[in-house]
Order: sequence, then C-alpha cells, then structure tokens
Amino acid sequence: MLHIINKSPYDRPAFYSALKTGEGAILLIEDGVYAAAKGGVAEAKLKAATDKFKFYALTADLEARGIADRVVDGVTLVNYAGFVDLVAEYKTNQSWL
Amino acid sequence: MASIEVNGKSYEIDEEGYLVDLSTWNEEVGAYLATTEGLTLTDQHWEVINFLREYYNEFQIAPAVRVLTKAIGKKLGPEKGNSQYLYELFPYGPAKQACKVAGLPKPTGCV
Amino acid sequence: MTTKQFMFVNRKAPYGTIYAWESLEVVLIAAAFEQDVSMAFLDDGVYQLKKGHQTKGIEVKAFEKTFGALEDYDVTKIYVDQESLTERGLTTDDLALPVEVFSRAELGKLMEEQDVVLSF
Repeated sequence: MLHIINKSPYDRPAFYSALKTGEGAILLIEDGVYAAAKGGVAEAKLKAATDKFKFYALTADLEARGIADRVVDGVTLVNYAGFVDLVAEYKTNQSWL
Repeated sequence: MASIEVNGKSYEIDEEGYLVDLSTWNEEVGAYLATTEGLTLTDQHWEVINFLREYYNEFQIAPAVRVLTKAIGKKLGPEKGNSQYLYELFPYGPAKQACKVAGLPKPTGCV
Repeated sequence: MTTKQFMFVNRKAPYGTIYAWESLEVVLIAAAFEQDVSMAFLDDGVYQLKKGHQTKGIEVKAFEKTFGALEDYDVTKIYVDQESLTERGLTTDDLALPVEVFSRAELGKLMEEQDVVLSF
C-alpha cells in the first residue's frame, strides 16, 4: 500500500502511525516532507524503517520549504507526474488525515 | 467579475477596482486606472507608481502609507518622503490610490 | 493612539496551512497602526524562518521575501525557541532573519509581559 502523508511529523503523529502499519511505500507531500529533512528527530525514525518502506517525497514541496538540499539518504524525490505514477502503481493508497 | 477595456484588451478588476492579476499590468492600464481615480499622471506620479511596483516585487506586499512614506524618503529624499507631498499627488490616500494605478492589491494595513 | 504590546505566536509550518501568512498580514496591520509588535516562533513555526524558500513549483507566494519588509514596519523583535530549532536540526544560520533565541521558559516570561498575545 502507498501511504500519503501531508502532515509534519513534529506537529501530528500521522507519519509515525503509518510507519507502524508494517510495510509498503510512504509518499511525503506538503508539510509531510519535513519527515525527510536531515538533522531532525524524525530522521532516525525514517532511517530505521527503510528496510520495510520505500520513501518518496515531492520535490516542489521540499523546494518551497527550503529543504530540498538536505533530504535524508534513501528518500526518492518525485515530481507531480511521479506522484501520479506511484498512485497508479500501488493497488491501494491512503491519504492520512 | 468586472473588467475594464484598454486598447481592445480586457482586464479583470475586483469589486473595488483593483487589478486582479498584477502580471497583466502595463503603463496603459495604469493610465486608465488613474482616470477611474480622477488622476492625471505626471512624472512625479510615475515615480511613486514605479517605486511601489519595485517594492512589491521585492517584498511581495503593498506597503501601508506610513511605511511607503518612510521608504520613499529613504530612496528619493525627504522632500518626497512626506505625507503632504504624497497626498498632493494622490489626494484619496497615496498608498491606496497609487497601488491601484500600479496594479497592486490594496495595501496591507489599509482598512 | 494607544500603544499596546502585541506578541504574535507562530506555531505552524509555512504553506501547508494559511496560518503563517495570515499571521504575517495581521502583524503588518498591527505595525502599520504603530503598535509595539513582536513575533515568537516555536514548534513548526520555526520552519517559516528557514531560508531558501522556492515556491515556484507549488505556485504560492514565498513570504520569506515579505519578512524583509518587517524592518520597514519597525518590527525587529523576532524571538525563536531554542528547543524547537534543535528538535528539527536547525540553527540560526539556517534562518532568513536575524533573531533572538530563547528557551521555552524565557518565552513564557515574555508572553506574560504582553498586553495582547495572538496565537497562529
């Protein structure tokens, strides 16, 4: 399953909650991209889950927030077309509120 | 939404007569918007209008009148950076009227 | 005009919601009316100050530019919470404006000193 997270991990637990679902893919968009920024508390949690999840983050949202140059290794950057491809690739997807 | 026609081209304006899309602005549109405010534009008017457009470009906001006065004083000298001079050019409020002519939104802090 | 001390407390990340921009607009309005305005950034609010916002891709206004106008509005008291920076791996070098860094307890004291505190 593809989990789409648009909330900052420092504000809401959606990202951590999704990590506990087991395995699959996580696409970070909007404020969710802060989970992919190096140096923060969320970095370790993301890194610890790279064997179970594939991580993606939307480039436009990283750029808007000034963090495109500090993305954690192991996170794949996608553009809007890549976003669509991911949604098509997975049988099910879920946008975490 | 209302619109104005300048040189055969149509431009959208909001309910207070401000241009909706500032990227569509040009000097002819500015001159037309000035007539809706009852203004005849001189070089002194254009100096303020161009200053406002540059200010907007740099800071993404239309400045309140106090800020405009101060910023103009810094750039164009104290004889222009005072409210008397600016109100003579734009009697119904320099920030409000000049912003309209410059194609900018209503200034922040202008109620 | 009576002058009051206003503190605007900013706790939301930029762009994901409209809070950050709304706060900045109200700050500018309060400052235009010559009030004594300060801004405090804590929790995800510190992300508003991160430099290098390039918002072309998401097609919204980058208000990092507008922070530059705060000085013209005489808004120079910009307070940032140390704990929030650390949690996010940020330092003052990452920020677009010169700021004063305080502990959360010190910010609490500053809040106590205000006439009006508005939270965004």
